[in-house]
Amino acid sequence: MTVTPLGIPRRLLEFTLDGQEVRVPEGSTVLDACRAAGKDVPTLCQGDTLRPKNACRVCVVEVEGSRTLVPACSRTAEPGMVVRTDTERARHSRKVVLELLASSVDLSTTPRVAGWIKEYEAKPDRFGPEAARLGEEPRVDNDLYVRDYDKCILCYKCVDACGDQWQNTFAISVAGRGFDARIAVEQDAPLTDSACVYCGNCVEVCPTGALSFKSEFDMRAAGTWDETKQTETTTVCAYCGVGCNLTLHVQDNEIVKVTSPHDNPVTHGNLCIKGRFGYQHVQNRD
Amino acid sequence: MRKRQPKTYTRLTHPLVRDSRDEPFRRASWEEALDRAARGLQGNRGVFGMFSCARATNEMNYVAQKFARVVMGTNNVDSCNRTCHAPSVAGLSAAFGSGGGTSSYEEIEHTDVIVMWGSNARFAHPIFFQHVLKGIRNGARMYAVDPRRTSTAEWAESWLGLNVGTDIPMAHAIGREIIHAGLANEAFIERATTGFEEYRALVEPWTLSLAEKVTGVPARAIRELAHAYARAERAQLCWTLGITEHHNGTDNVRALINLSLLTGQVGRYGAGLQPLRGQNNVQGGGDMGAIPNRLPGFQDILDADTRLKFESAWDTVIEPHYGLNLTEMFEAMEEGSLRAVYCVGENPAQSEADSEQAVRRLRQLDFLLVQDIFLTKTAELADVVLPATAGWAETEGTTTNSERRVQRVRRAVTPPGEAREDVDIICELAARLGHDWKYADSEAVWNELRSVSPDHYGMTYERLEEHQGIQWPCPSTEELEPTYLHGRLWEKDPARRGMPAPFGIVRHDPPVDLTDEEYPIRLTTGRRLDSYNTGVQSGGYASPLRRGEYVELSPEDAEHYGVVVGEEVRVSSRRGAVTAPVWVDPALRPGLAFMTMHFPDEVDTNQLTIEANCPIAGTAEFKASAIRIEKLPVATIVR
Amino acid sequence: MDLHFGDSKPTDDERAAVDALLGPPESSWEGADRSDADLRWARGGREARDRRDLLLPGLHALNDRIGWISEGGLDYLCRRLTVPPAEAYGVATFYAMFSLRPRPATVLHVCTDLACTAAGAADLCAGVEARLGPGVCVQRGPCLGLCERAPAALAVRAGDPVRTAVSAPATVREAVLAATAPDSAPEEPPAATAAPQAGDPELVLLGRVGVVDPSSLDDYRAHGGYTALRRAFELGPAGVIREVTDSGLVGRGGAAFPTGRKWQATASQPDHPHYLVCNADESEPGTFKDRVLLEGDPYALVEAMTIAAYATGAHRGYVYLRGEYPRALRRLEHAIARARARGFLGDDVLGQGYAFDIEIRRGAGAYICGEETALFNSIEGYRGEPRSKPPFPVEKGLFGKPTVENNVETLVNVLPILTMGAPAYAAIGTAKSTGPKLFCVCGSVERPGVYELPFGATLGEVLELAGVRPGLRAVLLGGAAGGFVRPDELDIPLTFEGTREAGTTLGSGVVMAFDGTVPLPRLLLRIAEFFRDESCGQCVPCRVGTVRQEEALHRIVERTGAAAADDIALLREVGRALRDASICGLGQTAWNAVESAIDRLGAYE
Repeated sequence: MTVTPLGIPRRLLEFTLDGQEVRVPEGSTVLDACRAAGKDVPTLCQGDTLRPKNACRVCVVEVEGSRTLVPACSRTAEPGMVVRTDTERARHSRKVVLELLASSVDLSTTPRVAGWIKEYEAKPDRFGPEAARLGEEPRVDNDLYVRDYDKCILCYKCVDACGDQWQNTFAISVAGRGFDARIAVEQDAPLTDSACVYCGNCVEVCPTGALSFKSEFDMRAAGTWDETKQTETTTVCAYCGVGCNLTLHVQDNEIVKVTSPHDNPVTHGNLCIKGRFGYQHVQNRD
Repeated sequence: MRKRQPKTYTRLTHPLVRDSRDEPFRRASWEEALDRAARGLQGNRGVFGMFSCARATNEMNYVAQKFARVVMGTNNVDSCNRTCHAPSVAGLSAAFGSGGGTSSYEEIEHTDVIVMWGSNARFAHPIFFQHVLKGIRNGARMYAVDPRRTSTAEWAESWLGLNVGTDIPMAHAIGREIIHAGLANEAFIERATTGFEEYRALVEPWTLSLAEKVTGVPARAIRELAHAYARAERAQLCWTLGITEHHNGTDNVRALINLSLLTGQVGRYGAGLQPLRGQNNVQGGGDMGAIPNRLPGFQDILDADTRLKFESAWDTVIEPHYGLNLTEMFEAMEEGSLRAVYCVGENPAQSEADSEQAVRRLRQLDFLLVQDIFLTKTAELADVVLPATAGWAETEGTTTNSERRVQRVRRAVTPPGEAREDVDIICELAARLGHDWKYADSEAVWNELRSVSPDHYGMTYERLEEHQGIQWPCPSTEELEPTYLHGRLWEKDPARRGMPAPFGIVRHDPPVDLTDEEYPIRLTTGRRLDSYNTGVQSGGYASPLRRGEYVELSPEDAEHYGVVVGEEVRVSSRRGAVTAPVWVDPALRPGLAFMTMHFPDEVDTNQLTIEANCPIAGTAEFKASAIRIEKLPVATIVR
Repeated sequence: MDLHFGDSKPTDDERAAVDALLGPPESSWEGADRSDADLRWARGGREARDRRDLLLPGLHALNDRIGWISEGGLDYLCRRLTVPPAEAYGVATFYAMFSLRPRPATVLHVCTDLACTAAGAADLCAGVEARLGPGVCVQRGPCLGLCERAPAALAVRAGDPVRTAVSAPATVREAVLAATAPDSAPEEPPAATAAPQAGDPELVLLGRVGVVDPSSLDDYRAHGGYTALRRAFELGPAGVIREVTDSGLVGRGGAAFPTGRKWQATASQPDHPHYLVCNADESEPGTFKDRVLLEGDPYALVEAMTIAAYATGAHRGYVYLRGEYPRALRRLEHAIARARARGFLGDDVLGQGYAFDIEIRRGAGAYICGEETALFNSIEGYRGEPRSKPPFPVEKGLFGKPTVENNVETLVNVLPILTMGAPAYAAIGTAKSTGPKLFCVCGSVERPGVYELPFGATLGEVLELAGVRPGLRAVLLGGAAGGFVRPDELDIPLTFEGTREAGTTLGSGVVMAFDGTVPLPRLLLRIAEFFRDESCGQCVPCRVGTVRQEEALHRIVERTGAAAADDIALLREVGRALRDASICGLGQTAWNAVESAIDRLGAYE
C-alpha cells in the first residue's frame, strides 16, 4: 500500500553569493537564495504561485562564466556558482530596463517601482517626449474588472494564471509581436465575447494594477481609494463547500476587493467568480 | 442579449414582527421581538423543529442543536444538507462509520485516475476542479459520468452520457466487469469488507450489454472505465448532486462506494471517495450535531454512553431516539404534529422540491421564527423575523469544508443596523426560555465543542490559524493525522482495523417521475458557474455571465418544437408549469433538458421538480422530472 | 478542455482546407454532424490535447487556401485540435505571413532589406503599388533570401493549391506579372545560378549543385549519394559521433558550437524519445545558402539528417523551413517522399532495422524562429518565443525531450566527413576552423552568390572571387546581427578565430558589400527597424530597447558630430543592456551592427 508521500528530502547545495558562501535546497532559484540571504533583488514578473517567466529582466545578476547577465528569478542555483548581485554591470541593466519600462508604460500603480527608479538613478524621460508609449485606454467592458493595458508590462502572469498553471480557461494570450504585443482575448474582442469566466485570478497576480477590480478603478478615478484606510481580513467563502479562503479588503466598512492568500492549501491564491466578486449582497444595506 | 437581473435583496437591519399572518410586518425592538419569539416557542416544546444553517458557522450550528435538544427537548434539528448531500453522509457512514469525504484536495493532484460522477465541478466547485486540473496536468486520466457533456466532461479522457437515474446499473456493471476481469482487490475485500459474495450475486446480472441497454452508454465505454478504475494504482471517485438528488440517493452513493471497496481504492493516500459539498458548512453542520441522529462530533444518539457524556456536560436529558429530518419535519407539519419552527438562514420556501407544497405546509404552523440576513420568501411567511449577520464576513467562528478542513471565518465588516450574530440571538432566546448560557465569544463555544468532540479536540483557534485550517479527525493538540480517512482498513491487526466496511446491497430503481407521451422530456437540474442556489446572494453582483433562467434544450428538440433561443415556452410537469425562455445547448441530447434553481423569482423551477424522497436520507429527486415543452401561441423572444 | 467558441462558422473552403490537413472530423464534438453515438460517449483528454503541434500547419492551410484566417476558420481549426481560440489567435498574430483581417487572395511580398534597398527596392515598391489595383496586397518585408538577385519580390496567391511566383531581380513589370498571373510567371533560374562556382569538381558542399537533377534520387546516388549513410551504419552511432567530433566540425549557424559534442550530449540522455531538428529558417538578412542547397541538392539534407538522427538515437526529424522558400519546400517535399518510397526513410532504413522519418514544418515569417528554442515553440504550436536556458535543448528541447538542432549547412558537412574521413576533412581550413565554408556574398559585387571556400580565406579573397565593384565603403559580416568592417580590413581571415581577433564576427557567413549609394545612417536605420519588427516582445530590454534604438537612429539620421553625441551615448547605454540582459541572441546582437558602424566606420562623425 502507498502511504502519505513525504517527498524526497531535498539536498542542500553551496554556492557563493556576493562573496558569502550560502547553502540552499537543491532546486532553489538564485532569487530564492538572495531572499533567504536578505538581499532585495528587484523583480516585477516573478510570481510566488507561478513558474518564473523571466520576462521583465529587472532581476538580472552576474554569474561568473556566463557571457550575459542571468535572471535570478529563473536560474536554478548550482553548486559552486559564483553570483554577484550588485555589480556595476547588473545595476546598469536594471537601470536601463527600468527606464525602458517607465518610458513606455504607466507605472503609477506598480508597487515599489518608484523606489527602485530612485535607487538605480533611472531617468525614464531621457528618451525624449517623442518616445513611443503603449498609448492604451482602459477597457471597461464589464462590471467586475478593468483592463488598463497602458499599465501592462507584459509579464505574462495573467496569461499563465488563466492558462495551464491554474485556471485552464485560456481566455487570454499575448497577441501580436514586439512592441505591439498586447494581452488579448481571441480576435481582441471585449471580455464579454470571450472565454473569460471572471475568476479574477489574473487580477490576483497582476503586478502593476493593469488589471484591477472595477471598484478599485472607480474609486481611484474618484480619488477615494486609500489603502492606508483599508483592513484585510481573511475568512472563508460561503458559496460552496470547497472552503476557499478570502481576504476581504475593507475601506469604510465596504468590501472594496477580494484576494486569497497565495500559500493557502485550498486556493493557492485562486478563486472563482462568486468568491472573488460575489460579495455585494452583504452590503446591500438599504 | 437582454441581461435579466434577478431580484436583489437588501439586508435586514432590524427585527420584524406581526401579530397575525394577515398583517404586514412592523419594525420592532430586539426586546419585543425576542420576547415574542420566546412566547411563540414556549408552548411548543417537543413539537418543535429547528432548521439550522449549513451556511452558518460551526459555533452557530453547535448552539442551534443544543438549543433544540436542551431548550426545546427534541432531536428535530436538520439543515438544507438534506436537500443535497445527506445521502453522501448516510452512505459513507453506513460503509465506514463516518460521513466525511475520505480524501483531501491535494491528493487528487497526485492520483492516477479520477472519476467525476454526476458532478460538474468545473462550474459548481471551480477551485476543487483546479486541483483536479493539476492532477490531469500531472498525468491523471479523468473520466466523467454525467447525462450532459458538461464543462467538466470536456476535460475527460472519456465521457459517459448515461440516462438520468441509471447510476446503479452503471456502477453494478462496472463492478461486475471488474470481478470478471479478475481486477478485484481480493486481499482488501477479504480483510476489510463484508458482504462480498452477496454483492457478487447482486451485480452478476448486470452484464455490459444489459447496462448499455439501460444506461444508453456503449458497453466498450463502461468496460474501459471499469478497467481504468480498477487498474489504477490510485484512483479518486468524486460525486456531487447528480448522485444524491434522487429518490434513492443513498443507494446511489452505496453503489459507488462498493466500487472503491471492490478495488481497494480507499483509505490510502491518493485513493478515496470525495463527495463535493454544495455549501460552505454542510460538512460542519452535520459534524456539529445539527442533524437528527447525531450529537456533536458525529456521535450516535442511540449510544447510551455518548448520551450520558452530553447529558452531564449540558445538564439535561437527551431524547434517546432520532429526531425528524427536514423532509420528515415537513411531513409532520402536514400532519399537524410539528407546530413551531425556528428557521435560521435557510430558504425552504424556494429550495424544497415541489415548492408550492412547502409553502403551504409552512403556513400551517402555529409559529414560525425566521432568522436571516434577508427577507427571503420563507421569512415573508414568518411571525417574527430576526436580522442576523452574514456568517462569512460579519461573524467570528469556523466552518468545515468538503475535505473536513476546519477553517476560521472572521468578521471583516460591521453588520448593518441592529443585525446580531446568530449565537447571540439563540443565547438570548435560550435565556428567555430558562437556560442562561454564557459564551464570551465564538472561541468559548468552540472550546465547549472541543471538550465533547474527540475528533475536534486538537483544534484550538491558535492551531487553526497556524495551519490555515486543520482536517478532522484531530484528537491531539500536538499532532496532525493523515490527510485521508480509514487507513485503518489496511491494518494487519484486526483490532486496529476495526469494523470492516460492508458492501451495499442496493438495487436499481428508476426515477419516480416517468417520462411518457404526455411528459416526454427528462428535466435535470444543476448549478451555473456564477450563480448560487436560490440566487439570494449571487443576485447581488453584476455577473457578466448571468443570463437569467432558461430551459436548456438539445438542438434537435429545439428544432422539433420549432423554438429558437430566447423564445418563451411553457414547461409543464405533473406538478406545475412555468414559462421560461429557451436556450440551446449542444451538450444535451434529444429528450434531455436542463434548468437551474438560481432565479426562482423569475422561473420557479422547483414547481416542476418532484418531492420523491430518499427514504434513508430524505433528499428529493431534483435531478429527474418528466416535463413537456409547449410553444406559446404568440412567440415572445427574450433577447 | 472546455473551450469557448463564438458564433462564427467556417466556410466550406475553410473546412475543406483544415480537413485536407487533419482528415475529416471524427465526432460532432470535433465539428462533424451530430450523431446519437456522439451524445452517449465522447473521447477527449490527453490524445485530443496532444495535437497542438498541428496548429501552425493548420494556420498555413487556412492562409494558403483563403489568403487570410477568419474567425470561423480559426474556431474550426481550434475545435479540431482542442486548442483555445485565444491562444491560437496569439499564435496566428505572431507571424508576419498570416493575416487575421480580410485581404486579397494575392499578396506580393517585396523585400526592403539591406541588399534589396541598395538595389532599388524603394522604387520597386512605389512602382508596383502604383500599378497593382486593390486585388493584390503589397507587403514590404524583411529579407526574402534572394539577395543574389536583388531586388526581390515573392507573390503568393491563395487557393487550392496555393500558387507562388518569385520575381528576382524584379522590375516593376515582372513583379506585377508575378502578382497578377503567378502561373504564367517565368520559371526561376536554376539554383546553380546562385552558385557561381557550380561545376567546379573541387567543391565539397556545393559539388552537386547544378550537377545533379535535384528531383532524382537515382541521380543523387549516381553522384555519391548515400555512401555516407552506408558508412554511418558501418561505424555505428558512437563511431559516427567520434568521426564528427574528430573532424572539428562546429555549427555553421553562427554560434560555432562543436557539433560532435552536441550530438554526444543528446545521444547520452536517458530520456526518450530523442528528436532531430534541422534549422532551415534562414532569415538572417543576406543569407541564402540553405536555399541554394535545398533547391540544388535536397537529398543531401535528407541523407545528412538520417545520419545525425542515427547517431543521436532519434527516430523523428523535423525540418523547420522558412515560409518564404516555396521552391525549396517543393524540392525537399519531393525528396523526402522519394526517399520514403525507396526505403531511405521509414521503418527500416536501408534494411538496417533503423526507423527514421522527416517532417517539414514551414515557418510563417518570424526571424526569431531561427533561435533554436523559439523554433521548438513554433513547431509545438506556441508563439515563437525563445525559452530561457538552461535547460539546454540537448536535455529538454522539442516537446521537452532531448533534441539535436543543427542548421542545414552544418548537417550537410557531415556527408564529406564520413566519406573522406575525419582526418582528411579536418585538414581543410585552419586548425581551429576546419572544413569548407559557404559565404553568401551580395551587394556591390559583380557575381553575387554562394561561394565555397576553405576556412581561412581572407575577406579580400572572397570579395575578389565575387568581383567587388569599385567604390567599396563598407562590408557587413554576418548579417544584421553581425558587424561592419572597413575596406582597409580585407585581410581579415574568415575563420571563427580570425574574425573574433579582428573584433568582428563571422556569423552565418554573410558578406555584404556596400558602396556609397545608400547613406550609412539609412542602412543602420533599416537594421534597427528590422530588429524592432522582429523582436518577439517577450523581454523588456529587447521589446522596448529595439524601439528606443530605432528612435535614436531616426533622430540622428541627418546629424553628425556633437549634434549626434547625446544620442550615441544613449545608444551605447541601451545597447549594453540589450546585449547583457536580453533573453536570446536577437536582443543580444541587435546593437552589434550599429555599434560597429559607429566605432569602426566612424558613422555620424
